[in-house]
Amino acid sequence: MLLNLVRLARYRGLIQSLVARELKARYRGSFLGFFWSFINPLLLLLVYSFVFTVVMPSAHDERIEPYALFMFCGILPWTWFSSSLNEAAGVLISGGNLIKKVLFPAEILPIVTVLANMIHFFFGLVILAGFLVYYQRPLDLPGLALFPVAIAIQLILTLGFALLLSALTVHFRDIRDILSNLLTFWFFATPIIYPWFLFEGKWQAKLLNLNPFTHLAISYQEILFFPGPVGHWKLLMLLGVISVAFFLFGYFVFDRLRDTFAEEV
Amino acid sequence: MNAIEVTHASKIYRRYSRRRQFATLKSALLSRSLVRDLEPEETFAAVKDVSFTLPAGRTLGVIGRNGSGKSTMLKLVAGITKPTSGTVVVQGRISALIELGAGFHPEISGRENVFINGIMLGLTKKEVGRRFDEIVEFAELEEFIDAPVKTYSSGMYMRLGFAVAIHVDPDVLLVDEVLAVGDEGFTHKCLDKFAEFKRRGKTILLVTHSLGLVERFCDEALWMDAGSMKALGDPKRVVGAYVTDVEHSEEQQLAAADARAQESAITVSPDEPASAVLPDSPVESATGPSDMFRAAEGRWGSREIEIVDVALTGSDGERAHVFHSGEPLAVRLRVRAPVAMEDFVVGIGIFNAEGVCCYGTNTDIEELKAKKIFGDAEAVFSIDSLDLVEGTYKLDVAIHKLDGYPYDYHRLLHTFRVKSRTKDVGIYRPKHQWAFSDGMTFTRGSSSDKS
Repeated sequence: MLLNLVRLARYRGLIQSLVARELKARYRGSFLGFFWSFINPLLLLLVYSFVFTVVMPSAHDERIEPYALFMFCGILPWTWFSSSLNEAAGVLISGGNLIKKVLFPAEILPIVTVLANMIHFFFGLVILAGFLVYYQRPLDLPGLALFPVAIAIQLILTLGFALLLSALTVHFRDIRDILSNLLTFWFFATPIIYPWFLFEGKWQAKLLNLNPFTHLAISYQEILFFPGPVGHWKLLMLLGVISVAFFLFGYFVFDRLRDTFAEEV
Repeated sequence: MNAIEVTHASKIYRRYSRRRQFATLKSALLSRSLVRDLEPEETFAAVKDVSFTLPAGRTLGVIGRNGSGKSTMLKLVAGITKPTSGTVVVQGRISALIELGAGFHPEISGRENVFINGIMLGLTKKEVGRRFDEIVEFAELEEFIDAPVKTYSSGMYMRLGFAVAIHVDPDVLLVDEVLAVGDEGFTHKCLDKFAEFKRRGKTILLVTHSLGLVERFCDEALWMDAGSMKALGDPKRVVGAYVTDVEHSEEQQLAAADARAQESAITVSPDEPASAVLPDSPVESATGPSDMFRAAEGRWGSREIEIVDVALTGSDGERAHVFHSGEPLAVRLRVRAPVAMEDFVVGIGIFNAEGVCCYGTNTDIEELKAKKIFGDAEAVFSIDSLDLVEGTYKLDVAIHKLDGYPYDYHRLLHTFRVKSRTKDVGIYRPKHQWAFSDGMTFTRGSSSDKS
């Protein structure tokens, strides 16, 4: 298993080209092309702004303003996470041709999915940064140093989930159907559209803490939205350790099922 | 040095029962049979205990019927699937031409696909860049290389896939029946490329149905049958054995089909009065071919004289259904006349698959005047040399009155197949020779790859 993991490094070039292809192919044929990577998050932000300033201006905690921007800090990484998983679940089946006809390490497919979605996340960050500057949010420089760490942890965690789901979906196709519903539930069970301190000291807080994405969302919100200091870093580090373990577990399952893919897809 | 070593390799696929097919995660969890259900209930051995070694620089042709395990064999060698038992060892870089352009993405251009496909097959970006022009030239796609691949015709798609795969510069090239892509010209180019590979001492494993190609091109041939090795060795010998075997099974199929046709004809026709078919009756069959096409296969007649058996025999006198062009053929009719008869004509007609009458005659046309038939008798129609081109033929045999009133008419009930080494066309092959003056020379061998 570890040998395979090391071998993966040799396929850097291929992963790179496939990610580039994924991004190019996504908007090929549309008039605005690549700009959609920017326009999509921008439009999303505008929709939330509209909802929380015009439709329901008092539906949220007045400590958080502008509310849309707060939500955006959580929704962007969540989109990366959930689209990666949704796509990864089907990627071995849709890429069946490659697995069956070309000698090709199959884990490249879910990895490419996660990385392509990460690039989209980065495009979204550009928009987010623009608005953070526009609203003149205070910057917490030491907190900002944690930002790449949070991204790295999310990457590892997402890869773990993507590998596990892609391998299991080959054998249990139902995963694809149930997954989007589960992800919707997961979204609302994560403090993204509501602040985590809404439940401070209540029993719900304990449940929230069990959700790994809670800690990522809180970290992003603390780093980007709130004026420092980032108080959540200890739990973030713990999540980092768990993510590495989970990634190894996901890769282990994938590796064990590897030989069955060519027959099952 | 051996490029490919296969030792007792078997590949067993799992066949699941219906229950397993519809099993889902939920039901697996509910019945707690996750583990049990993953156990196969039935297995299917696609490749059974195959062993062979191929020294570097040699070319091996793998032949066999559909479903005999050829492609699975190739996938084992390519490393795409792992053998269930046994080992497969391959030295050097492999390029497998199994499905051309398998990794192409339809939305992006041919150019980008060439790069990604090349990298997928094990080249670096630089290496693809260096070979890019050559690849595009080989695929003959200079004009379209920047168009998205989804706009390509299937031929263009395959050509590009082939061009990339062949320019990977492998040590071991695995080819699975891909020469059928592209037009005649492209096929020649592919063959030239293979020949060049051979000259450069590369190892080639070729799965094909083109027996001529195996004979001409391969150093060794492997014949697979139902997953097992049937023969391995000299291509001429192996191909010969394979062809004989195919003829043998064709023979059986034709015999079975013949028996079915006759049976159905017998069960239907006796009830019909002879007069009902008289308008269509082949009275004028020898003279008026327009009538010949009206009646479909079947059997009719009064059975006052009955054709009880029709046998086709070859040079060895044995009953057969497959014959070789140029060999003798005899049609033996066993007839029975319970009452003595004096008015009868025995006729025969040979039709090809399109229903064209290749030859027809009867005893009356050939000025033989019937005198008497009584009891069991036999009529033999022999051809010294069956000068027909390759194909499937049907036979009419009949015994009728001089005025056409049928005693027993077998319409297209007997089928035989003619095999030929020469792929000439038409209906009839006259005995012929070629002769050339000094200004014109030929050598033996075909330039086309069609076997």
